[in-house]
Amino acid sequence: MEKILASFDWLGLGFIGSLVKLLSGEEPKKNGIILFKKVIIPILSVFIFLGACNLFASYLFNIERDRKIEKTRESEGEQAAVEMQKCIDSGDLSCKPSSLPKPADVWHALQTLIADHKQISADKEAFIEQTAKTNELRRANGQSEITYTGRPSFIDQILTSLKTVFAGFLLAAFIAIPTGIVLGLSETLRNSINWIIQILKPVSPVVWLLIVSMVIKTLLAHADMDKSFLITFISVGLCCMWATLVNTTVGVSSVDKDFLNVAKVLRLGVFSKVFKIILPASIPHIFTGLRISLSVAWMVLIAIELLAQSPGLGSFVWEEFQNGASDSNAKIIVAMFVIGGIGFVLDRMMMMVQKAVTYKS
Amino acid sequence: MAAILELRNVSKSFGQGAKRVEVLKNINLTIEEGEFIAIVGFTGSGKSTLINLISGLIHPDEGEILLKGKRITEPGPDRGVVFQNYSLLPWLTVYGNIELAVKQVFPNLNAKERDGHVAKYIEMVNLTSAIHKHPSKLSGGMRQRVSVARALAMDPEILLLDEPLSALDALTRGSMQIEIERIWRESKKTVLMITNDVDEAILLADRVIPLTPGPGATLGTAFDIDFSRPRDKADINADPNFKMERNDINRYLMEIGKHRSKNNTKVYTLPGLSPIVPGNKRAIV
Repeated sequence: MEKILASFDWLGLGFIGSLVKLLSGEEPKKNGIILFKKVIIPILSVFIFLGACNLFASYLFNIERDRKIEKTRESEGEQAAVEMQKCIDSGDLSCKPSSLPKPADVWHALQTLIADHKQISADKEAFIEQTAKTNELRRANGQSEITYTGRPSFIDQILTSLKTVFAGFLLAAFIAIPTGIVLGLSETLRNSINWIIQILKPVSPVVWLLIVSMVIKTLLAHADMDKSFLITFISVGLCCMWATLVNTTVGVSSVDKDFLNVAKVLRLGVFSKVFKIILPASIPHIFTGLRISLSVAWMVLIAIELLAQSPGLGSFVWEEFQNGASDSNAKIIVAMFVIGGIGFVLDRMMMMVQKAVTYKS
Repeated sequence: MAAILELRNVSKSFGQGAKRVEVLKNINLTIEEGEFIAIVGFTGSGKSTLINLISGLIHPDEGEILLKGKRITEPGPDRGVVFQNYSLLPWLTVYGNIELAVKQVFPNLNAKERDGHVAKYIEMVNLTSAIHKHPSKLSGGMRQRVSVARALAMDPEILLLDEPLSALDALTRGSMQIEIERIWRESKKTVLMITNDVDEAILLADRVIPLTPGPGATLGTAFDIDFSRPRDKADINADPNFKMERNDINRYLMEIGKHRSKNNTKVYTLPGLSPIVPGNKRAIV
């Protein structure tokens, strides 16, 4: 029992332990207070936040409504203005003022998106069934298969974004960690390369996207593949690798002198010294860098997808914005919370990994 | 018995130009095999520098250090160092820390022999119950014992202890002193221990050599300690010779300590102040 509760604690859901203890009657006052602080108060604050959003959205809605009515009055006269007012008040979608959506609108938009996803998934299934026979024949003849080319649903786009962010993050880790170790070990290299790192570190993701686009389009001009995924994840990787690189370099170069003395007394070879002493000693730094890199990658990904028009959450936001449908704003807010939520989960995952590898000295 | 360690006219300075400080000057020391030598000294007199020179982590400016007749040029497992702050690798367990040393020094042992070797030294320092714990879960005394076990597992020619018990509380110190003596008797190693506690030095050592205060510290005259082994703290404390020995050494240290402050010729001019008694507006002269 204790072990199950301990694992919840480790996942960051410590309040479940308190809840269980409270329900079983153990130390009711202490656990009650813990639950109150950790669960009841945050839930209350969520409601207060939603209430405040609702107030603010209503306020903006009223401003927009009045402005629309005034405009109609000026351009088409009093009669049209009264009709416009009736139209808006009845909730008709055709004359709804476009402003910050209320929490209720956001909830409806979420449900629409989920229903849309279910619809598209069903369509896809049907399509695959229909073309199964044809595809078998095509495969036997060595031709390429017919694939579903319909519009991707919201959930599909979330999955695409996640795939891209992990690809970019792994690329960044793959480049930054070995480079960081080499730079950390050699002061000469560190001093000679430092200026490049410092200049490239603050470069905006937009610029990286343009540069990577140029290079990939030149290198793969003849190839018939979809270049957008490649361009996107390489840009994400290049943007987010600097945190890991810098942290790894610092971690490796600042290993405790005592540990290096142990290596000297034991006469460890260079290989042994690096893998048995320097790397284990600098792992906490490396994972701090990786954690920062992952959160930067996620942030940067949305902007890059938006600009590169590659499938994913970023392009979803941009399309909704261009669309200007009545619930587009609400859908954008849904996307905002999904993006934030995923970022939170990713960071939590990295935090758990980081805790697992950090030793207490 | 052959001289296992010899220091001949060793000198070491740090810094450049005007800021150059001569830490050690003309250190001459001969240690026979199987001896337990304690060097006592003031803080900052260069005790750690001396250990670092013998272990090979730094090089002397003048003179030479010979281990069994051969010159020391770099650190190595033939001089087992027990560092002042233990230097245990925190990501390895007790077993892991010692295994690292054994693997490096005896690469030809198979897994079973290595396991036996590691277990033997952990047993020698009485830490078998904590064999799979990480250093962060151990107390200071236990960490020090792991450090000693690691140094012993390297099978060194000489064991160098750099103020091994300074970071411990007085009670743990007492029990650890007895442990160190027992380990020395069981392992039959030569031991050079640096300490700032004269009682500890007399309790453990065959010879106590004071280090004069810096700068330019050198080794003073050695004091031979004749108490029988194994040394019992209670018995020794009651022995009148112990008090005499202790007083001799302390007096010697105080003499050279005075000598150090005599060299301080800076003149301080004090302000001409005199106290004022409340009530009386006149100063008392």
